[in-house]
Amino acid sequence: MDSTAQTTVALLLHTADELEAPPLTLRQLFWRRFRRHRMALFGVVLLLLLVVYSFGGPLVFSEAYANATDTSLRLRAPSAEHPFGTDAVGRDILARTIYGGQISLMIGLLAMLVEVVIGITIGALAGYFGGLIDSLLMRFTEAWLNIPALFLLLIMARYFGGRIPNITLLNRTFSGSVVVIILIIGVTSWMYLARIVRAEFLSTKEEEFILAAKATGTPHWEIIVRHILPNATAPIVVSATLSVANAILLESYISFLGLGVQPPTATWGNMLERVASNEIIQNAPWMWAFPGSLIVLTVLSINFIGDGLRDALDPRSRAV
Amino acid sequence: MTRYIIRRLLQAIPLLFFISIVAFVLMMNMGDPVATMGGRRAIRPQDRERLTRQLGLDKPIAVQYLYWLAGNDWDKLDLDGDGVAETPGRRKGVLRGDFGTSLVHRGKPAMAVIWDRIPNTLLLMIPAEIVIIGGALLVGIYSALRQYSALDHVITAITFVGYSMPIFFIALLSMYIFAVLFRRWGLPYLPTVGMFDASVGKTPLQVTWHMVLPVFSIATISMAGYSRYIRSTMLEVLSQDYVRTAKSKGLPRREVVFVHALKNASLPIVTLVGLDLPLLLGGALVTESIFAWPGMGRLFLDHLQRADVSVVMGILLITSVAVIVFQLITDVVYAWLDPRIRYD
Amino acid sequence: MSTFLEVQDLTVRFHTPEGTVHAVNGISYELGEGETLALVGESGCGKSVSMMSLLGLIPIPPGEIVSGRAIYRGTDLLEMTEHELENIRGAEIGMVFQDPMTSLNPVLTIGRQITESLRVHDGSNSEQAERRAIELLDWVGISDPANHLQDYPHQFSGGMRQRVMIAMALACSPSLLIADEPTTALDVTIQAQIVELALRLREQIRMTIIWITHDLGVVAGLADRVIVMYAGYMVEEAGIEDLYEDPRHPYTLALLAALPRADRRRHSRLKSIRGAPPSMLVQPTGCPFASRCEFVIEHCWSANPPLTPVVPNHRIACWVDIQTGDSR
Repeated sequence: MDSTAQTTVALLLHTADELEAPPLTLRQLFWRRFRRHRMALFGVVLLLLLVVYSFGGPLVFSEAYANATDTSLRLRAPSAEHPFGTDAVGRDILARTIYGGQISLMIGLLAMLVEVVIGITIGALAGYFGGLIDSLLMRFTEAWLNIPALFLLLIMARYFGGRIPNITLLNRTFSGSVVVIILIIGVTSWMYLARIVRAEFLSTKEEEFILAAKATGTPHWEIIVRHILPNATAPIVVSATLSVANAILLESYISFLGLGVQPPTATWGNMLERVASNEIIQNAPWMWAFPGSLIVLTVLSINFIGDGLRDALDPRSRAV
Repeated sequence: MTRYIIRRLLQAIPLLFFISIVAFVLMMNMGDPVATMGGRRAIRPQDRERLTRQLGLDKPIAVQYLYWLAGNDWDKLDLDGDGVAETPGRRKGVLRGDFGTSLVHRGKPAMAVIWDRIPNTLLLMIPAEIVIIGGALLVGIYSALRQYSALDHVITAITFVGYSMPIFFIALLSMYIFAVLFRRWGLPYLPTVGMFDASVGKTPLQVTWHMVLPVFSIATISMAGYSRYIRSTMLEVLSQDYVRTAKSKGLPRREVVFVHALKNASLPIVTLVGLDLPLLLGGALVTESIFAWPGMGRLFLDHLQRADVSVVMGILLITSVAVIVFQLITDVVYAWLDPRIRYD
Repeated sequence: MSTFLEVQDLTVRFHTPEGTVHAVNGISYELGEGETLALVGESGCGKSVSMMSLLGLIPIPPGEIVSGRAIYRGTDLLEMTEHELENIRGAEIGMVFQDPMTSLNPVLTIGRQITESLRVHDGSNSEQAERRAIELLDWVGISDPANHLQDYPHQFSGGMRQRVMIAMALACSPSLLIADEPTTALDVTIQAQIVELALRLREQIRMTIIWITHDLGVVAGLADRVIVMYAGYMVEEAGIEDLYEDPRHPYTLALLAALPRADRRRHSRLKSIRGAPPSMLVQPTGCPFASRCEFVIEHCWSANPPLTPVVPNHRIACWVDIQTGDSR
């Protein structure tokens, strides 16, 4: 709405506007407001379902079963016994997606944590101290941004991939490559968050309460952590949420290309490795359809949630 | 304006410096270059020594970096181990485009190997970018103008799903539908392998036909994301006072939207396009491997698997530099488009 | 003087998630040709909305023109299609807006922004349009107009931008100019210059003008007639002299009293109107000004006074005769 109408309606309307549209009923107008929240709600429900699927699934299928190969059963179409079909070496796809889901989701979450730690640290230091430190850190950040992520990730995955041995945790044995993947995704994705945090620090540090804290001799780290950082939580939360989706996607790409998590540990991504062969594409679409759809559903639900969070917490930023 | 360009160019230098260091560090850690050089054969100690000296691995790391960057043909190496440097080096260094020789294509300069494949990748990426921008503008503007309509909701849902999909999923899905199923149903179907059908030859028609699915796969995700961005930018612009002024002058709606509004909305879009190159390159990588398209991305994967360090590093550096250059160009274009910056 | 524009019982509402805003409530007036009408009232009283709805410039939804007619040269503006309105806007009725900073398109040259309406409405080619644009810029007081055609809005100062806006509005020689708070965003010295421009319009071209403002001081030398609005209602309508010498509505009285004057006693406090404007979400049962009125009586709370003439050409909406304090 133009500025004058805005004065009339004051702060009552904060929806963005339109040039002309066919007359809407009040109901339709309200629906738009709810829609945003409905999407986020839907995302939460969907994500919960997926988490239950992945972490509750082991109650039904054991890991041994998920990894059990039986070449006589290879490439069977979905049936009552194998609802998602079997893969090229006869493993049950349903069971594998359950255990694969655990790893994919976990990687997403942990990679996000790595990112958040690095991103906040660099962003805070750059934004708070400014000057030369800021310049250097920002050039450094930009350099990382300019290197195409996937290329860098693949190189790092290839060469650091074999270096960590298998880990056993909570009854499951993971290939060490999981840790590698988490670290390299985290190390190549922190830049966006760093820029956001830096922007927040740059604007907040001029505020009076910060000057007051400095005047009373509060040490730097305390100002950063206790005073400025809490103000930046909104954009950090939004960015962190969306970066989980990004991490899951990246892991799926790397694993799809064969350089990610190594079998027998399954992830949704590596279950799709080598599906590009003609035989599989033509005859066994269930091999990629199920794990692929699970990835899409997970990323979709996180995107919905992130969008809703952004609306709720940080309405200033533009929704994409 | 020229000052702006110069400033941006100067800013790019430390970036390139950082990137080269990252690449160098990675390279140094990628296994044993001497062993890889020697291939599968075991290396005799004296050969190993000679190779070590030839590759400059006995020098301090800073010197190694220097040689890598600027070559060593201006310096002498001590190849026979007698403490006297007598043989001039033969490397020209990264700055002059010498990434070393390919290990897979023995002896062939890495640069040449890469250069062969670049046009094929461009053949995918440029049409993809055009499709992305065109498609996103169409969808974005349309849904901004039809805000709240049923179609707008449907488009929003589709775009959300669109950019939540991994590229390979889109590729596999489109392969399955447009190649496998269409073929099964007797419909004309699209090819999924390579750049052209070997039996027919590398004709423009063949190549175009083979391009369809890969380009579509690369373009979909970005197009979905951009159209949402364009939609919200347009909505914001359409609510501005100057659009109301344009309307009050009795200008036809077409002109108000496509001249007054769009010209303003296109500014942030230019920036967005500039930032997209790294993602596009990554997308090309995955797509090329699925569709067996002989481009730089597939080269990268192949040679990464086979530990061909020089080619891999070369690609990394070339793509990074391309990203920087592209961003520079978009920044300049933006500054040129926005009269507030141009006339300052 | 023939009736140029006749507005009858215009009512406009906005439907928001928080409720329905009653922006304009049944206003009616007549505008004669060559007249300058001032529309005065506080921010948010509905004056701008009432004007913009005439030209179809309010977004429908959430806006809604509930009722009313706006007869311009025999046709009802509110019944026109978008296409018909496009022919009226700019060509017959020109508008000048409040904030020249945001009302000019930053990425188009001012030459373009002036000539485009000439192109669309008059069918001028670029040469003719440019010549006219230079003429207009000269008329509004921009020096060296020919060289400024290629300039962008951000290269001008606030006052110059407003002149450009006026030039734009006048491009196709409209019969009616609506100026929506054109001087509010400018400082006082520039304000005077713009007012002087408007006076020239009146004298040299006999332009019919509607001037919207919240500042009664600005319209003193400019308007023929004044309408005072409050909370979407018309509360007083009179000739300019009549209004200043014989204001009859308590709100007008308060507005006049609140004007800082050079001849006031020193050290006296500026009079302000106590209370705050009512929420437009609720339609009042009584007079909307009752809670802030000095002359309020019992009756004011239960019935909303209609606009009635007290003397010829002077209408007010009030239950009280402010001179005697009695009800009417």
